[in-house]
Amino acid sequence: MEPKTKVNAGNGKQDMVITRDFDLPVDLLFKAFAEAEFLEQWMGTKVLKLESRKHGSYQMETKDPKGNVAFRANGVIHEFIPEQKIIRTFEMEGTPFGVQLEIYAFEPLSDTTSRLNMHVIYESGEKRDQVLQLPFAQGLNWAHDRLQDILCKLKKGK
Amino acid sequence: MNLRRDVFQAIADPTRRAILLLVASQTMSAGAIASNFDTARPTISKHLQILTECQLLQQTQSGREVYYHINAKKMKDVADFIEPFRKLWDDRFNTLENVMKQHQSQKQK
Repeated sequence: MEPKTKVNAGNGKQDMVITRDFDLPVDLLFKAFAEAEFLEQWMGTKVLKLESRKHGSYQMETKDPKGNVAFRANGVIHEFIPEQKIIRTFEMEGTPFGVQLEIYAFEPLSDTTSRLNMHVIYESGEKRDQVLQLPFAQGLNWAHDRLQDILCKLKKGK
Repeated sequence: MNLRRDVFQAIADPTRRAILLLVASQTMSAGAIASNFDTARPTISKHLQILTECQLLQQTQSGREVYYHINAKKMKDVADFIEPFRKLWDDRFNTLENVMKQHQSQKQK
């Protein structure tokens, strides 16, 4: 079976493309990126600010169990076309990875399915490789822990 | 030696991932690396040894100090090295799909 999420990062380039088909109508897929309530749930981070409009900005933060800030990121939204496109910058604070430009293209495939094309451009090929090669130190754990949390909540809800 | 398995085992440990992140942008001495952790120095040395053995880190001797830096070439040589990164996004997007499906079914009720 082909993996659902594909990452295309050509050797020696300073960008990459992440593609994923969702079993969701395009309006719901877009909503997951445009509304803090949903972004928090799947990104597993607290959204401090999210102004989903052209020239808006956003900021998110994750704290470790001791309450120390483990991850903080921010950016500016340059283009916001509902159910079609978001162009924004993304910067992980306190890291050497620089600012990346992210172009999200949302596309309906049918009434119930949609595709996300995420084009990420880094300041240099070197910075891209740093981000790619290091699975974000804690990133994998966060994603995993978050999934566990959600599964636990689902079980409790029954 | 199964290099790929070793590399993935090496990066599976959170302390070793933190070490890789630390030295990603600069060459550091063993002492400077250890000072970033509460863990005992010999434990950090063991982690550095594992990362060096699977060639993710390279050592340079300068006087009495041993310096460590990322071996970018080795990282590139390891096929599928971006797999953990891909998996991270795959997990996130799977969660996204579940969260939005739940939202959709709640709306329909």
